[in-house]
Amino acid sequence: MPIVLYRIDDRLIHGQVVVGWGQPLDLTRILLVDDDVAASDWEQELYRMGVPPGVEVLFLGVDEAAERLPELQRDARRAIVLVGDVRTMADFVARAAAPVPAVNLGGVHHAAGRTQRMRYVFLTAEEERLLREIAARGVTVTAQDVPAARPVPLETVLAGTGDG
Amino acid sequence: MSDGGTVRVVVAGHGQFAEGVRTAVAQITGHPDVVVPVSNAGASPEEIERRLDAALAEAGGGPIFTDLPAGSCTIAARRLQRRLPGLVVVVGANLAAVLEFVLGDVADPVAAAARAADRGRSALTTVPPAAS
Repeated sequence: MPIVLYRIDDRLIHGQVVVGWGQPLDLTRILLVDDDVAASDWEQELYRMGVPPGVEVLFLGVDEAAERLPELQRDARRAIVLVGDVRTMADFVARAAAPVPAVNLGGVHHAAGRTQRMRYVFLTAEEERLLREIAARGVTVTAQDVPAARPVPLETVLAGTGDG
Repeated sequence: MSDGGTVRVVVAGHGQFAEGVRTAVAQITGHPDVVVPVSNAGASPEEIERRLDAALAEAGGGPIFTDLPAGSCTIAARRLQRRLPGLVVVVGANLAAVLEFVLGDVADPVAAAARAADRGRSALTTVPPAAS
């Protein structure tokens, strides 16, 4: 399966993704799914500059990414689908033209209205509902910031015991 | 940097990278506050920008030295450049680069940052094992 990770990370492309996951997974493609970034040349340039040579970055809006998922999954390059928030991943999974087997909750940091669930996971009630909605579609949702960490099941995350 | 006293710079990165640079610069220069450290630990992208803003205010301006090209500190610093046009960012900084800046002539901060980057690059080398 060429798309090896579907990740929610509010920092989008950053060291933990490019180096922490990118090297062990041997990623050669990043599929950044975000309507705002897909519409902004400046934002795309900002994220593109941090990607090492040999790694392609494709910027897609949610609708386009969902529609093109079968084609993207057939591509031989090892890729990650990267979104910046829970709502975007929920929309993507709901509209996807092919099954999404698993979602990695990699980093949602503190903001007003969010409750801390893990060291790197803070969620509003709505975001928790959306994560359960994703899981109800048969998608395995786990939290795991780096490959060396153990993946934490969603219900453990929502119970607030994931760092234990 | 300061407006007449000791040069101060912002260093930003993952974990304790920036604090490590601060203590190393302090050990070499004898000045514990030359580096204003910023860590991205536990911070959202917006919070990283706020930390950098606060650090720039404390340091009296830029540049900002960051650790990784793809890092969230570099991303945040580049976002700041959009509303702070005179701000210089040095990416992939090492100790040699930071020392070059804080100990050098900073009358022209853009040129000084470029010299710092050159020094940082030239400091990176490999030493092969001794022939047995």
